[in-house]
Amino acid sequence: MSNFKSILDKWGSFDFDKFIKTSNKNIIEDILHKDYLTDTDFLTLLTPASDSFLEKLAQKAHKRTVNEFGKTIQIYTPLYLSNFCTNRCIYCGFNRDNRIERDILSLKEIENECMSISEKGLKHILLLTGGDRVKTSINYIKSAVLIARKYFSSISIEMYSMTSDEYSTLADLGVENVTLYQETYNCETYKKVHLSGEKSDYDFRLNAPERAAEAGIRSLNLGVLLGLSEPIKDFFLAGLHCSYIQKKFPGVNVSISLPRIKEATGGYQTGIEVSDKQLAKFIIAFRLFIQKGGISISTRESECLRDNLIPLGVTKMSAESKTKVGGHIKNDGINQFETSDKRTVEEFHASIKAKGYQPVYKDWVTI
Amino acid sequence: MNDLLKIGNEYFKSRLLTGSGKYSCDSIIPEISEVSGSEIITVALRRVDLNSKHKSLMDYIPKHMKLLPNTSGARNALEAVKIARIARASGCGNWVKIEVISDNKYLLPDGYETLKATEILASEGFVVLPYINADLYLGRSLIDAGAAAVMPLGSPIGSNRGIQCKEMIKILIDQINLPVIVDAGIGKPSDAALVMEMGASACLINTAIASSPNPVLMAEAFSNAIDAGRKAFLAGLGTKTEYAVASSPLTGFLHE
Ligand code: SF4
Repeated sequence: MSNFKSILDKWGSFDFDKFIKTSNKNIIEDILHKDYLTDTDFLTLLTPASDSFLEKLAQKAHKRTVNEFGKTIQIYTPLYLSNFCTNRCIYCGFNRDNRIERDILSLKEIENECMSISEKGLKHILLLTGGDRVKTSINYIKSAVLIARKYFSSISIEMYSMTSDEYSTLADLGVENVTLYQETYNCETYKKVHLSGEKSDYDFRLNAPERAAEAGIRSLNLGVLLGLSEPIKDFFLAGLHCSYIQKKFPGVNVSISLPRIKEATGGYQTGIEVSDKQLAKFIIAFRLFIQKGGISISTRESECLRDNLIPLGVTKMSAESKTKVGGHIKNDGINQFETSDKRTVEEFHASIKAKGYQPVYKDWVTI
Repeated sequence: MNDLLKIGNEYFKSRLLTGSGKYSCDSIIPEISEVSGSEIITVALRRVDLNSKHKSLMDYIPKHMKLLPNTSGARNALEAVKIARIARASGCGNWVKIEVISDNKYLLPDGYETLKATEILASEGFVVLPYINADLYLGRSLIDAGAAAVMPLGSPIGSNRGIQCKEMIKILIDQINLPVIVDAGIGKPSDAALVMEMGASACLINTAIASSPNPVLMAEAFSNAIDAGRKAFLAGLGTKTEYAVASSPLTGFLHE
């Protein structure tokens, strides 16, 4: 059976640079009037050709979003279970080469953190680990999920890519969503920034969302780390990946995240910048391409920018995020990256309401 | 005029069913209910939060309104059945709107799985209102399965295309001896009036009210349109000429 790799291969010989440079703004008007966009329409929207149509496109994306999702924003928070990692992703603070204090939450500590988070009114948790299959084994993750189930109605995981059997075990335990970024779809860059460890296997990671979907995971959150490679091409391929999953697994909900690279321990810099304007454009284009897809913006972004991005198509946002192990009760250790929006859940709740939107905490029931 | 909507063993004055879950703030629900007279409201069980820290959806629903929990999120019959049972166990009553959707691009309902869920839930004493494509054969099977009404979509959800399934809905109204409640795709009050004139029993309106800049006024507009459509149906529409009177008659030679 074919997989997304075959789609990537088809686009392998496409001259993106030429397309980006030569796209003409006259086509944008046609795209604006379409109900369903082709892959090429989506790519065209991402290019500078759409710059002068940004407001019109934003209005359309806003209308679509309100139609599909209402004026609501789903709220979740991450919980880092461990920062042990056997991989060497050079952009990440938890990378094996970094001499940082390593820590892993005990089951008791997980319980305490979950309790403290749920007291804030949160119902959706994203459990994260570094990429260490021994320290954070599937059995450890299973125990963590069972604890989290007592406090939360929706559980997402962002961990190492797993096998079908592993995903299937976690789906049966009630894990609803798997968040898994390819980081970059550019094979060469991928190799350069993932020096060793299981994550350096590009194909194993690329096929992980399909394994998860086949195993019964209901919702998939994909994305790229914007700034690792040429952003238009990378984001376009991330969008295609979502569209591919949606066609192959119509029962699965797809969503996208748009993290921009942040300086972490190790100080890796690429020199590629994704501006606020480009980020906004990516959100708008994704909404028009995948109308019913979720769009998630994390606390990496500033308060002001997050508030302004809401009406463009965003559907999910994290709040009061800590990017160190634990972080709600246990509060030492190092951050994976620095967050920008430091508002508490209550403060964030108030800002969403002030924007005319409803914060939604619970949107799932474990069945 | 004593023209009531009967679903299961209950009677309602209003033929407007409203939704929840898409408002910018649920505190608007009581006002919507008041101006529109709506007596039935759908709630997605996945959103029902009985121990929320903040004031939540259920706190705003007026006590006199009939709750119609829906199985949003169910991808097959079994999941819909489980969600309905959880809804009943958590005090949301024994009515259920079955939504089984396993296509997240177009959000079209799966008729086969919906039928299976209807059969099971009706036999467990639920009052079952299945959300369906306007399909005659499915409608007939749903009667046998014990459905209390059928809820055909007017158009694909969110398409804002008006009543694209008009002819199929007409057939359901003609053939299915259950309340036909048109759900989804109704973008404006005139769409609602149109299906009511055709003889639909009621309409469920969610997005069109919630996405309006003035949801309260829009709810009132829908209520009036549904009322007008219903009255027109009861009064009987005047004959409409379905053919043109040609200036050069084709059968003129017969009279020469
Ligand atoms: S990105 Fe994940 S796998 Fe890579 S170094 Fe960081 S924690 Fe480890």
